[in-house]
Order: sequence, then structure tokens, then C-alpha cells
Amino acid sequence: MIPAVDYIRILPELVLSIFGIIVMMVDPVLPEQSPKKPLGVIAVIGVLAALAATAYQPGFYGSAFYNTVSVDTFSVFFHVVVLLIALVVILISFEYLDVQRIRSGEYYALVLFGTVGMMLMSAAVELVLIFIALEISSISTYILAGMRRRAAESAEASLKYFLLGSFATAFFLYGVALIFGATGTTNVYGIAHYFQTQQASVLAYLAVGLMFVGLGFKVASAPFHVWTPDVYEGSPAPVVALMSTGPKAAAFAVLLRVLFATGAPGWFWMVWVSAALSMTLGNIGALVQQNVKRLLAYSSIAHAGYLLVAFAAAKQVGISAAIFYAASYAAMNVGAFAVIGHFASEGEKYVTLDDYAGLGRRSPLLAATLTIFLLSLIGIPVTGGFFAKFYVFSAALQSNLVGLTIIGVINSAIAAYYYLRVIVYMYMRDERVEAPVARIPAGLGVGLAISLVATIYLGVMPGRVLDYAIQSAQDLLK
Amino acid sequence: MKFINDNILTIVVFLPLAGAILLAFFPRRDRDVRYFALAVSLITLLASLHLTWYFVRGQSGFQYEENVPWIPHPNIHYHMGVDGISLWLVILTTFLMPLCVLISWKSIGDRVKEFFILMLVLETAMIGVFVALDLFLFYFFWEATLIPMALLIGMYGHGRKIYAAVKFFLYTMIASVFMLAAILWLYARTGSFDFVTIQGMIQSGQVSGFGNAALWLFLGFFVAFAVKVPLFPVHTWLPDAHVEAPTAGSVLLAGVLLKMGTYGLLRFNLGLFPEQARRNAPWIIALAIIGIIYGALVAMIQPNIKRLVAYTSVSHLGFVVLGIFSFTQLGVDGAVYQMLSHGISTGALFMLLGMIYDRRHTYELSEFGGLATPMPVFATFFAFIMLSSVGLPLLNGFVGEFMVLSGAFQAKQLYGILAATGVIWSACYLLWMYQRVFYGNVTKPVNSSLRDIDARERVSLWPLAIAALVMGVAPMLWLHSIDPAVSAALKQFSGVTQAAVLPARNSPAAPGPPLHADFARNGVEVIGR
Repeated sequence: MIPAVDYIRILPELVLSIFGIIVMMVDPVLPEQSPKKPLGVIAVIGVLAALAATAYQPGFYGSAFYNTVSVDTFSVFFHVVVLLIALVVILISFEYLDVQRIRSGEYYALVLFGTVGMMLMSAAVELVLIFIALEISSISTYILAGMRRRAAESAEASLKYFLLGSFATAFFLYGVALIFGATGTTNVYGIAHYFQTQQASVLAYLAVGLMFVGLGFKVASAPFHVWTPDVYEGSPAPVVALMSTGPKAAAFAVLLRVLFATGAPGWFWMVWVSAALSMTLGNIGALVQQNVKRLLAYSSIAHAGYLLVAFAAAKQVGISAAIFYAASYAAMNVGAFAVIGHFASEGEKYVTLDDYAGLGRRSPLLAATLTIFLLSLIGIPVTGGFFAKFYVFSAALQSNLVGLTIIGVINSAIAAYYYLRVIVYMYMRDERVEAPVARIPAGLGVGLAISLVATIYLGVMPGRVLDYAIQSAQDLLK
Repeated sequence: MKFINDNILTIVVFLPLAGAILLAFFPRRDRDVRYFALAVSLITLLASLHLTWYFVRGQSGFQYEENVPWIPHPNIHYHMGVDGISLWLVILTTFLMPLCVLISWKSIGDRVKEFFILMLVLETAMIGVFVALDLFLFYFFWEATLIPMALLIGMYGHGRKIYAAVKFFLYTMIASVFMLAAILWLYARTGSFDFVTIQGMIQSGQVSGFGNAALWLFLGFFVAFAVKVPLFPVHTWLPDAHVEAPTAGSVLLAGVLLKMGTYGLLRFNLGLFPEQARRNAPWIIALAIIGIIYGALVAMIQPNIKRLVAYTSVSHLGFVVLGIFSFTQLGVDGAVYQMLSHGISTGALFMLLGMIYDRRHTYELSEFGGLATPMPVFATFFAFIMLSSVGLPLLNGFVGEFMVLSGAFQAKQLYGILAATGVIWSACYLLWMYQRVFYGNVTKPVNSSLRDIDARERVSLWPLAIAALVMGVAPMLWLHSIDPAVSAALKQFSGVTQAAVLPARNSPAAPGPPLHADFARNGVEVIGR
């Protein structure tokens, strides 16, 4: 008999799934050619309800369903992050779907289901459940990537993401199987116990490596990053906002919980190399991009690298720095893609740097907002991105990772150049093409405001969130 | 009153930012925007005068300190305070700002609101740099100056403005990440970002591994500041940034932003790593002297007036670095004084150049000639300011240069002799430039009908001219509070501090008549007492 409290422990996931089903059921009732905004409103209500359910959870920490799900400060943190991402993404999708004439009601349902998967990834402590959650989130995003079905590049993105993604998931599954072979359990606590008490076998090394490949693909860290630019370029901008932050944060949560916190063997050098490669390849790739979406795709590879630096650091400081980074990266990146999605206009025509020339004059507010997100991505003070980088590098230095810190610091200086290029185009160049700028609708306004407030809040008063991150790290290491 | 006294630094730092935020919600009526910006900058100036009014002169250490925890992990404090060195740099900033608003009154006609928002944000960041006592807070403000300045150059500049803005940004950004790395290292070993705490721990040898890392830490800070000063091999961003920047941007760049570099050298490189500073002084001084001479020679052959004045900054800031690394009371006093007077005279020079540019839209020397005929008032102001920059006795430039050179002679005669040539060079290039621009017949017909400067322009020049004169005649007003702070900063360089009490030698560095040399010597004796 499953105790009732177990259902409270997965209440946010339950609520969101129910709302996803409601969206699916209401969709056929609406007239076919009408905008699907009502479905979006339902989805927003669903996310808010799930947030409320998450807020209710701190009284019920503990594991549920035969020790397969664990609700702790860590999972609650990622729940909130993922839900806020979903909220903003849905809000910015209202206008986007209208402009692109996408009339698919399942869009909102897929966002909700994907979010359920991501939330579950951060709470699951059983590898099989993690795999299922990973699939839920991945399959939703595969489909979402192809939502602009009239555009060839969107179909390409979807297919590419699907094929490579399945390939990577297979690696993960293979790793899970080997872990079971090596340790005799698929429970995270059991695995941790094994790693801490026994000499790791070759099998265990192999298993950790394979799982890292699978998850490394999801977080777009080098050398598993090659899919990122094409997929981000082709997918609808709000979907990129979602998939560059949500599944990434969730996959990082899995990496933290399953591999980092358990003390997996062979972990350090794997992460070290991947972090150094991601930062360097991502930043160098971004330097030559003309398409803003591709530029941010490379930047997201680089940011995965910065985040992995924290994974190479000592556990306590590393985990809290990584958690903080994931949250602030989500805030700024969702914001940036929200602006890009709005500005891209019908058929995502205006996405190159040349189209951004003179944006500061045509749309001062939008340009200023994008500037703040870009500054945050550079890591300039008063923004969350600054503290995120700061914590990561200070965690690395506290763990005596001088080499990796220097690589990271040099990389963030290189990165300044290409983000700055966007700002330069917006403010300092005269426009060559007259790209129209529509008024900012309410949904986008609210979505941007949330990201902006979060970015600035994390940059000015990071204390509370960081305290929470430290608390989560302690819980995770218990 | 007590409330104001306790929070005056916060008020001074954040008044401009508050103004900028209000301005963002202002309607786009350019006239009102200008008046509002002027009002905000004047109120900030008034507020900053509170600092001087209640400042306890003759006392070393920080005053008006504010220290509250900001972020618990890592241990970051909102710690601010001023001593005799930073006090005047703050005043310099708040003093130049209203003038910059005035000078931009007509020359900025497009995107006016954004311009003044950026200016006010920049003011907050600049003042913050000078008052921050927490290394983190310092870095925070340091980086925050970067964006508004780069945008000011890139959006309102002329010519190759984008190139200049990006170059400026990248130079400073790349250099300052090294400082960040050094700050993080210090935090990892001391558990604190507090300047005073870290200084205490280093002095008492409580920082593990400091001996091996000290050189790298010193260099980390040094690179960031050297680029900003700018010191000889890394100065190349400066001419570009200056030439392409709008007038107000150049004024603030030369007047304040460069001082952030020398201030940082004095406060952090000397304050935290005295041993390394002493060891590395020879090559740093060599770079400074190269900068003095090279800057002067390059200035001489510039066909572009603004570029010429930009190179004089390289030369003059070389004096400041020389003074700082002479480790003598006199030299460092002089360096601080030179920072202030360079801010006044070079700031004023850029304002004057801006006025020509508003009329002719060019800075090419060959376009001018005989300007004294159509613009007599302008020519007079220009002559006065130029002489103050040359270092004519009784004007501000003389005092600082004289003290720096005396200090350099005390440190090593060769330094003094080499650097003293810089004074001669500066007379050459500035006087020659003046002759070519103002004297003789009007060579270009367009120049004969130029308007002389109007009331607004005069109002923006008078304060600078008066400041130049007062700083030249009564340097004690400033040195009274600078001197104790400098001697506190030099406490770790014991043995050399006494040198200042000695009467200055009659050095060949003093170009002025004996009367003025006597005056300066008396001044030094007054400090000594």
C-alpha cells in the first residue's frame, strides 16, 4: 500500500500532467482555425498550480514510491527553476505562435509534459525512473523542435535532435545497465554506498563514462555538442528558450545527483577535459557566427563548460555553485531568446546580426532588455551571470583548480567579444534593412519582466538563493 | 545630520543612479532631460561637498566608513570609505560631471535621453570605484564603468567609433579578468574580500602560500591598472578611444577613468604587495619614463589635435606612475596631486576641443590657423588651460610635476633627469600646437566667421579655470588631507618616508623662476610640520 504522503511528494508532477491532459482534451473542442491562446492560458494556470504544489512540498521532505523519488531542497530548487522556465516560455509563446501561424494546440501540452519529465529528473533517485523522465522530456522537445513545420530547417532540427538524442539516450541506458552489473543496484543511494565502500571495477568506470556521454549530449557539452547549433537555429525561438535551459538544468541535476554527489570513479578528468573543451570550442565557434540563434547556441555550449568547471571542484562548494549557475543561466538565456523570438517576426526572417543593426533606435526598450541579458551572459556585475561565474571560479580556486580557472577566465574574456558584437550592432550601426518591430504584447512583457527581475535579483541580492543552493548541496551529500 | 553623515557615501554614489532610473521614465523632451541631468549632477556635487566639509584633515585612515554585510557566502561586505586620496578623486568626478552635462547641451542632439542615462550610470560607477573598500565591491564598480563608457563612445562618437569602443572594452575587460583571478585567490586564502582585513593578514603573514603567489597577484592587479592608466606598451586603446569619443566622454575618460588605474596602483598594488612593488619598481618606472618621453614625442607630430591631447595623457600619467613608484612621500603626494590637476586641465582641454569641433566638425590641425582673431575669448581660455597643462608655475600642473620630479630625484637621480625632459617636451608640443591653431593669419576662409564661445560654454569653462588657478596658488588646501593618507600608504615602505621632511633640492626639474621654487619648498616644509 502506498502511503498518501507519497502522492504529495510528486504533487507538482501530477498537477502538471493533469493540466497537460486537460489541454489535450480542450484542443479538439476549439474551432480548428482559431488561435489556441485559451490553451496557453490553461497551461499557465497549470504551471502556477504546480508552483503552488512545489511551495507546499517543503513540509514533506523524504522519499516516496519505494525509494524511487526523493523530495529534498535540491529537487524543490530545480522544480522551481524548471517551472519558472516553463512559465516564461508559455507566456512568450502566445505571440510567437500567432505570428508564425502555428495552430497546434498540442504545443502547450508538450511543453507541460516536457516540464513534467524535467521535474521528475531532478527528483528521481532510481536510474530506471531517471531514464523514463529523461525520455519524457526529450521526446517532448524533439517534437517541439519541429513545430515550424513549414520550414525545412525546423524539420531538420527536429530530425537531427531526435536521431542524435536517441543515440545519446542509448548510451545512457547502456551505462545504467553496466552500473547495475557493477554495483548490483540501480538506486542512487545504493550506488553511492558502493562507490564509497568498494574499489571500483573497470565495469564501473565504463558505466560512468557511458552515462556521462548520454547526459553530456543533453547538456550540450563538448565533445557531444555538435548538434546544438543546427538544432537551435532551426527550432522555434521559444522552444530554444526552453530546451537550452530546462532539459539542460534537469540533466545537470541528474549529473549532480547520480554521478557527482555519489563520488563516481574517473569523474574528475572526464569533467575537467569536457569543461575545458566546451568553454574553448563554444567560444571560438561563437566568434564567427552571423546568425544570432547560432551565436547563442555556441554560447550555450560555452556556458555548459563553465558549469562543468564547478563539477570538477570540491563537492560542497562545487554543487552549490553549479546549482546557482543553472538558475541564473536559465534566467538570462530564456530572456535572450524571448527577445530574439519576438524580433524574428514571421517565418523567423530576422535573425542575423545585420537585422539587429539599429535596433537600439527602433525599439529602445527591447534593445535595452536584450543588452542586459547579453551583459549577464558576458558576466558583467549587477547581473546574475556575474555572480554565477564568480561562484564557479571561486569554487574552482578553493579546490586548487588553478589551470581550469585560468582557462575559464580567459574564455570569458574571449566571450565578451561576440556578445558585445550584438550590442554594437544594436546601438552603434545604422540599419541596413528596415526590419519591422511589433509592439510588445502583454504575455511577452510579463515573461521578459520575470526573466529580467530574476537576472537582476540574482546579480544584486544573490544571498538568499545561494544560501538555498548551499543547503541543497548539503542535503544532497547527506 | 547623523543619518547623512553615516550614509553620505551611499548617497553620493547612488544619487546619479537614482537620477538615471528616474530619467528612464522621463518623457522624451530633450530640453527637460538636459535640465534634469544637470540638476542631478549638481545635487550630487553638493552632496559630495559634504565630504570635504566634515572631513577630518590631517588624519590618516578611512572616514565616513560604511560597512554592512551584503552577501553572506562568500563573505562580501558593502564596505565603503574615503581617505585623503580618494576623497579628492570623488570630488573631481562630481565636479566634472555637471560641466560634462553642460558641454553636451547642444552637441548631443540625437538619443539625448539615453546619453544622459549612460552618463549618470557612469558617474555612479566611477565614484563607487574610488570609495569601495571591499575588493569585490571594487571589482563590481570597476567593471560597471566599462559598459556605459563603451556605449558612450560607440553610440555618440564619430569616425571609427565602433572600432574604438570595442577596442576600449576588450582591452579593459581582458586586463581586468586577471585582477579578478587575483582577487579570487586572495579570497580563497583569507576568507575575506575586505581590503583592510586582507592587508592586515598579509602584513602579519597569515596568508598561506603568499610568498610564492605574491608576484603573480601583484601582476594580476598591475595588468588591470596598467591598461587603464595607460602605461606604455598597453596604451594603444587610448588615442583611438579619445579621438572617437564624444566630448563629454573624452573629458570623463581623461579626467576620471584614467585615474582609476593610478588610484588602483596606489591603493592595491602598493597597499597589498609592498614587497613586490619595491622589487618590480625599476621596470615599472622604466615603462613610466618611456611613456613620458614617448607620449610627448608622439604627441608632437600628431596632425589631429584631439589625438595630440590624448597622447599628452600618456605622458602626464607617466609622471603619476613615476611618482607612485618612487615610494617617497613627496613623489606620491605629487602623484596624487598630478592626478587631480591632470583631471582639471586635460578635462578642460577636451572641452575646449569639443567647442571647436561643434563649430568645424574636424580636429585636423591643418584646418585651423589664426583662430585667435575670430575667437578671442576662446583663445584666452585655451591659452590659460594649455599653460596649466604645460606646468607653468602658479597653475595646477606645476605643483604636481614638481613634487613628482623631486620625489624621483630622491629615489634615483637618473629617473628625475629623464623624466624632467618630459616637462620640456610638453611645453614644446602644446605651445607649438597653440601657435599653429591660434596665431598668424586666418588660413581658411571658413574660420574667419566662427562664433566666439557663448555664455553656456563660458559657464562650463570658468569653474575649471578657477580650479586650475587655485590649485596652483594654494596647493595646501588639498595636500593637507592628501599628505596623511599618503604617509599611511607608505608606512610599509619605512625608511623613505622621512625623506619628505627634507627641503627639496634645487633641482633642474623646476623650470620656473626661483620665486616659485621657493614657494614650493616652503609648501613642502609646511607638509613636513
